[in-house]
Amino acid sequence: MDKIKTIIDKEWAEVFKNKLVLFSVAFLPIILTALPLITVYSISGLSEEEMAMEAAETPDEFFGEMCVDLNEADCTQVYMLNLFTLMFMILPVMIPVTIAAYSIVGEKTTRSLEPLLATPITTTELLLGKGIAAVLPAVVVTWISFGIYVIAVRWMTNPTVFAQVVAPMWLLAVFVVGPLLAVLAVCAAMMISSRVTDPRTAEQLAGAVMMPIILLLLGQSFGIFLLSSELVLVASVVLLILDAVLIYITVQMFARETILTRWK
Amino acid sequence: MIETSNLTKTFGTLTAVDRLTLSIAEGEVFGFLGPNGAGKTTTVRMLTSLIAPTAGTASLLGHKLGQADTEIRRNVGILTETPGMYERLSAYKNLAIYARLYEVKDVDGQVEKYLRLLGLWDRRNDAAGTFSKGMRQKLAIARALLHEPRILFLDEPTAGLDPEASRLVRDFIADVKEQGRTIFLTTHNLDEADRLCDRVAVFKTRLRVLDTPEGLRQQLYGRQVVFHLSHTAQAALPVLEKLPYVKKIEAMENKLLVAVDEPEQHNPEMIRRLVEGGQSIQFVGELRYSLEEIYLQLISRTETEESDHGQN
Repeated sequence: MDKIKTIIDKEWAEVFKNKLVLFSVAFLPIILTALPLITVYSISGLSEEEMAMEAAETPDEFFGEMCVDLNEADCTQVYMLNLFTLMFMILPVMIPVTIAAYSIVGEKTTRSLEPLLATPITTTELLLGKGIAAVLPAVVVTWISFGIYVIAVRWMTNPTVFAQVVAPMWLLAVFVVGPLLAVLAVCAAMMISSRVTDPRTAEQLAGAVMMPIILLLLGQSFGIFLLSSELVLVASVVLLILDAVLIYITVQMFARETILTRWK
Repeated sequence: MIETSNLTKTFGTLTAVDRLTLSIAEGEVFGFLGPNGAGKTTTVRMLTSLIAPTAGTASLLGHKLGQADTEIRRNVGILTETPGMYERLSAYKNLAIYARLYEVKDVDGQVEKYLRLLGLWDRRNDAAGTFSKGMRQKLAIARALLHEPRILFLDEPTAGLDPEASRLVRDFIADVKEQGRTIFLTTHNLDEADRLCDRVAVFKTRLRVLDTPEGLRQQLYGRQVVFHLSHTAQAALPVLEKLPYVKKIEAMENKLLVAVDEPEQHNPEMIRRLVEGGQSIQFVGELRYSLEEIYLQLISRTETEESDHGQN
């Protein structure tokens, strides 16, 4: 456990001294928190007629599923807010990918991996340390951003709309699915990072990890499918299993010898 | 302390290390010499359990390679070919991280001890990236010693350093040797190996020779006495060449080179005969070949053997 803590400490000390990485960690949460707040603020100022026009553009499936007990104006707000709430599932995926993608390949390029691997640290300890160091700040920043968002929504909308935003489904999505997705993304990014020789390639390939989540957002936006409590619950269980499998694979695929001897 | 038996490493069809058998005693400074690509770093990586051997066995401090790798890593220190420091982190932080990974009990005490010993204490809060090459190398040496390992692997410790930094590093290695640690030193600096090593091995995929530096000199050249005469040495040749203990004699301008096994015993008679023969001796000394000359001779011999073997 001490070695995992040391790796986390080392990763954070390095990451937070790298302005580019720090910027990418801080920039996204700021944007993804500010954007919905500006939108909610704009919506709250709309008249009944304007709301009705907005509602006309909202997919019918959405009304059918979610707006049973809501009027048109509230339903439009809920629709918009749900899109943004979904972003709090993307945030914990986007932030750690940059850190995780750099974690192994960065050590390769600075030649610091060999002395590190020469210490009595196990592969599991090393990768857990690096993984936690990437996931933890992303999850904490996401939750802080979500907290700010929830407070702002409470302040700018009525209790009916607010109740939809903090519905159990969304809380489960943000507090369980989000971190599980982050673990998934970090494992994938670390696997890529331990197999490439260039940090940029690692970041680009790891960026592809986010595609399924972005597709999920698009699917929700166009009403192709709608998130429900059941779907989120099933996703949580599936992700939990996937994460466990992926952590195991990541550790198994970390071939110390190949990484050391294939350095150019 | 370090025992290897037929240790072999292949990468695909390439054999990097071929049946290396060694025995290194506690407190010994062992020089591992060889040209680039000879397999020296591969050997160090195997012995520090960074990579697994393809065949053969090895044990360090009684711990078998492949069976007690974590225990081996706990007891050895390694200075890798490149320092590989965390450049954004301070010197202190770099060492503190490694001290914790090596399970050092008094992290702060050990970090301070080695930063002071290597003259880096005043720069402890500066980022390692701002250090000169020599300072980084010293920091890497400190990192290798933090956990007081009983065996120290030094891979090219003075490579790329200026003479002053090289000397500092060399002096520090001599101090570490005084502490009785076992040092496995790979180097291209043969003068360094000559000064520091108890025994040297010349290695090129296979172990070519293994002896003390002095032993190698004798193996290749024997012992040679050089007489500096006031006139040309050619005339002195007949005076000594018939003596039964003279193995070889050669005149070069005013120098007379005489190969004998025991100069301490035979020098007085040779000097007497030369003086009686009318020669005027300016001074007498023993000709010492540098380890570099010995090494080049051995490598050249190896290449010739390989070339002959290839033709056959």
